[in-house]
Amino acid sequence: MNALLVARDLVRHYPVRTGLFRRPLRLRAVDGVSFVLPPARTLALVGESGCGKTTTAKLVLGLIPATSGEVTFAGEPLPAPHTSAWRAARRRMQMIYQDPLGALDRRLTVLSQVMEPLAIHGIGTKPERRERALALLDAVGLQPHLADRYPHELSGGQRQRVVLARALILEPALIVADEPVSALDVSIQAQVLNLFEDLQARFGVAYLFISHDLKVVRQVAHEVAVMYLGRIVEQGPPEALFRDPAHPYTRALVSAIPVVRRRAGRERIVLQGDPPNPIALPSGCAFHPRCPVAVATCRHETPALKPWHDGRLVACHVAHGEAALPQAA
Amino acid sequence: MLRYLLSRLLRAALTIVAVVTFAFVVLRLSGDPALLIMSVDAPPEAIEAFRAAWGLDRPLWEQYIRYFLQVAQGNLGQSMRDGRPALTVVLERVPETLALTLPAFATKLLIGIPAGVYAALNRNRLADRLTMVLSVAGFTVPSFVLALLLVLIFAVNLGWLPSGGAESWRHAILPVITLGLSGAAILARFTRSAMLEVLGQPYIRAASAKGLPWRRVITDHALPNAAIPTVTIIGFMVGSLVAGAVVVESVFSWPGVGRLLVVAVANRDLAIVQTILLLVAFTMVCANLVVDMLYGWIDPRLRTARTQGA
Amino acid sequence: MTPQDTATGVLQNAAAEPARGAVARFLDSWPPTVLAALAWIGGMVFVALFADSLAPYPYTALDLRARLSPPVFIGGDWRHILGSDELGRDVLSRLIVSIRMSVLIAFGATVISAVLGTSLGLLAAHFRGRIEQVVLALVDFQASMPFLIIALSVLAFFGNALPLFIALMGFHGWERYARIARGLTIAANEQGYANAVRQLGAGAARIYGLHVLPNIASTLIVTMTLTFPEIILLESGLSFLGLGVQPPMTSLGNMVGYGREYITRAPWIMLSPATAIVLTTLSISLVGDWLRDRLDPTLR
Repeated sequence: MNALLVARDLVRHYPVRTGLFRRPLRLRAVDGVSFVLPPARTLALVGESGCGKTTTAKLVLGLIPATSGEVTFAGEPLPAPHTSAWRAARRRMQMIYQDPLGALDRRLTVLSQVMEPLAIHGIGTKPERRERALALLDAVGLQPHLADRYPHELSGGQRQRVVLARALILEPALIVADEPVSALDVSIQAQVLNLFEDLQARFGVAYLFISHDLKVVRQVAHEVAVMYLGRIVEQGPPEALFRDPAHPYTRALVSAIPVVRRRAGRERIVLQGDPPNPIALPSGCAFHPRCPVAVATCRHETPALKPWHDGRLVACHVAHGEAALPQAA
Repeated sequence: MLRYLLSRLLRAALTIVAVVTFAFVVLRLSGDPALLIMSVDAPPEAIEAFRAAWGLDRPLWEQYIRYFLQVAQGNLGQSMRDGRPALTVVLERVPETLALTLPAFATKLLIGIPAGVYAALNRNRLADRLTMVLSVAGFTVPSFVLALLLVLIFAVNLGWLPSGGAESWRHAILPVITLGLSGAAILARFTRSAMLEVLGQPYIRAASAKGLPWRRVITDHALPNAAIPTVTIIGFMVGSLVAGAVVVESVFSWPGVGRLLVVAVANRDLAIVQTILLLVAFTMVCANLVVDMLYGWIDPRLRTARTQGA
Repeated sequence: MTPQDTATGVLQNAAAEPARGAVARFLDSWPPTVLAALAWIGGMVFVALFADSLAPYPYTALDLRARLSPPVFIGGDWRHILGSDELGRDVLSRLIVSIRMSVLIAFGATVISAVLGTSLGLLAAHFRGRIEQVVLALVDFQASMPFLIIALSVLAFFGNALPLFIALMGFHGWERYARIARGLTIAANEQGYANAVRQLGAGAARIYGLHVLPNIASTLIVTMTLTFPEIILLESGLSFLGLGVQPPMTSLGNMVGYGREYITRAPWIMLSPATAIVLTTLSISLVGDWLRDRLDPTLR
C-alpha cells in the first residue's frame, strides 16, 4: 500500500553550551528514526519523557528542521517551516496537544474556534462554515447547545473533543496527537480513545499517536514503536508487543502496567540505574547500563533495528541471539 | 554562583556603556559640544584645546572613543556659571545629598519593613487596614506636596522647624522625613504582599504543624523567605531616593546634587547635567550590583550551581 | 392573627428580602470606595473635556484689585470661589484649565507608552533571537535608571516644547508593557492558543490581531492604570520645578510651584491643585487595584 508518511533516518541534534570556554556537547534528541505510516492507520510512539517522541513529532510536521534524514508526506518532501507553502500544507496535517485548555483561546466561543480553520484557508461562506462546524461538533459527540460556550465552561474531555473537531474540519490526512489523553481522567480517556477510532473509520485520517502510557496505546494503535534515548528499540503490532515483549526495555514497560488480577509468573521488572541523559549517551547500546540482561557486546556495539522471527523490528543483541550466553539474570 | 556574578558584572558594564553612549548621542544631537560644555566666557584657546581633546573634527566613531576616555578621566567640561570643572562642582555637593539620602534610606527601612510585616501578620484587622491606607497615601501624595504640607504645618503654623537652607541638623529633619515617608509607604506595601505570599505557602503550615511556636515560624521561615523579593526592591529604592532628592532639595533649598541638577537644567548648564547623569548611572549600577550579589547570597537556589538534567 | 394574615406577612417579608439582597450584592461587586474613585475620575474627564465652558474666567485674566483673596469658605467672596493668586487670577479657572492640561499630557503619554512598550514586547516575542536581546537590553537600561534623571537630561539638552515634553513623558513605563507583552506572547506562542492557531495555518496578522492582543489587553489596561498616575506625578513634579509645562500654559504642578512662594500668605493657591493631584492619582490607583483583583483573582 502506498504510504502516507515516510520518515527515513531522522536525526535531530541540539548543541548544548556547558560553559563559556568548553566545547558544546550534543544533545541527541532523535538519533536515527525511520518508520512508515500508511493512510488511515495509527502508529504509536511510546517512551519515557526525554526519549525523543515529541521531537520526532515536530520533525514529522516540519516544525523544526532535521539535522539529517528526510520526511516525505504523500510522496513529497515537507516545505520549510512558516512559509506560505507550509501554511497551505497545514490543511493536510494537524497536531493536537496534551493541554486542550491552553490550545483554545479563552475569549472565543467553541463554535467560532472550530470554524476558524475554514476562515484561515478561505473555504466557504460564513453560513457554510458555521454549518460544517456544527456538523463536526456533532461528529465528535458534543451536543449543539455547547457550541456557544467558552472553553473554560467545558470539562477536560469536552475540550479535547473541541480540539479534535477543529483539527478535523479541514479533513487532514494526518493528525499527530501528542499525549492527547494524558491530562484526562481515566474514565474520560476511554471515551476519547473510542472517539479517535470512530473518527478514523469515518474520515479516514491517519494518526501518529504519542504517549508514555502503554495501556492507552494498546487500544488505538495498529503499530507501536517503543523509543529510548532517541532511537526506536522495538516496533510491531501492539498485541505481539504486549504478550511477548522482545526488547528488555519493552519488557520492563509492559511489566509495569497494573493489572486487576496478578497473573501467576508475572513479576514486576524494576530497572536499575539512573534515568537517561540524552547529552551523555552511553556507548554501544544506549540501554545497557540499566538492562538486566546486558552482556559484553552490548557495551561496545550499538544494536541495529532488525526484523525478528515474527516480523517485528527489534534492536537488541540479546533478543537476536547475537551475544554469548546471557549472564544469570 | 560565579557564573551568576560574572553575568551581573557584564550587565553592569553594558549599562554603563549604554548610558555613556546615550549621553554622547544626546550631546551631539543638541549642538556644538564645545560651546555647550565650555562656559560662555571661556578663552578661545581653552575652547580649541577642548575641541582637540574631544576630537570634534574627527570621524564620529573616533569622537565616541575619545568621549569614553574623557569620561573615564573625569574630564567632563566646565560649569557654565563659574567655569570650574564640572566634576569638581558636582562632587562637592555629594556629601550634602548623602546627608539627606542616607538617613532617609534608613528611615524607609526602619519604618517600611516593620510596618509591612506587622500589617501582613495582622491581616484585615485594624492595624493592617490603617497601615495600608497610610501607605496608599504615601504613594499617591507626590513628594513636593508632602514637603510643602510639612512646611505649612511645622514651619509656618507651628514654627518648630525651619523651612529651608542647611545651616543646622534641625534643617535636615523635614527633608529627611519627606524623603523617607513616601518611600516607606511603598516599601510597606511591598513587604506586606511579599509576607502574605510567603505566609500562604504550604511550608509555613508544615512548620507550624510541626509544633514550632508561631514566633519561631515567622523568624525562621517566613521572614528569610520574604526577604528575597524585598531585597530586589531595595535597588529600585536607591533610584527613587536619587529622584526624590531632586525634588526635596529644591523645595527645601538644600544645597545638594539634586538642587544643582535642577538649576543646571534651567540654565542649560550642560556640562553639569551630563556629569550628574553619568554619576547617577554609575551609582545605580553599583547599587544594583550590590543588590544582585546580596540576592545571590540570600537565595540558596542561586548559590549552588546546577547542571541541567535530561 | 388569622392564617391569611400570617401568610401575607410571610409573603411580604419574602418580597422585601430580594431587594436588600440585590443592593448588598451590588455593593459587593462595586465597593463604595471604587464607586467614589470612578466618580472622581469621571469628574476629571468631564472637566478636561469642557474646560473652556466651565471656567468662570479666562485663566490668564488679571484682577488686580482682588489679589490674593481667599476662597469663599475662608472669608472671600463669590467672585473667586477658590480664591485668587498674586496677580488676581482666579484660582478655580486656572485649576480647571490645569486639570485639562495635566490630564491631556498624562493620557497622551500613557497611550504612547503603552503602544511603544506593547509593540516592542510583541516584536521581541515573535522574532526571538537578536531582536529579543536588543529589546531586553533596552528594557534593562530603562529600568535601571531613575526616569526623572533621564527626563531632566533630555529637557536640558532639547528644551521643553510641549510636543517634545509629551513624547518624553511617553517614555515612562514602556518597559512594563514590553515585559508583560513579551512574557504573555511567548507563553501563547510556545504551547498555547497562538501556537495552535499557527498550526492551523494562520498568518501573523490573524494570530496577533485576533488572538494575542485581545487576550493580553486586560493585563495591559491594568498596567495603564498604574502608569497613568505615575505620569501625572512625574509631570507635575517637573512642572513644579519649573522645567515642565511653561507659562503662560498652566498645569497642576505649575500651580503648586507658583503657590509655593505664597505658602505663608495664601496657601490656597497651592492647596487646590495639590488636592486635585492627590485625589486623581488616588482614584486611578484604587480603580486599578480593583480592576486587577477583578480580572484575575490569582494575581495579588
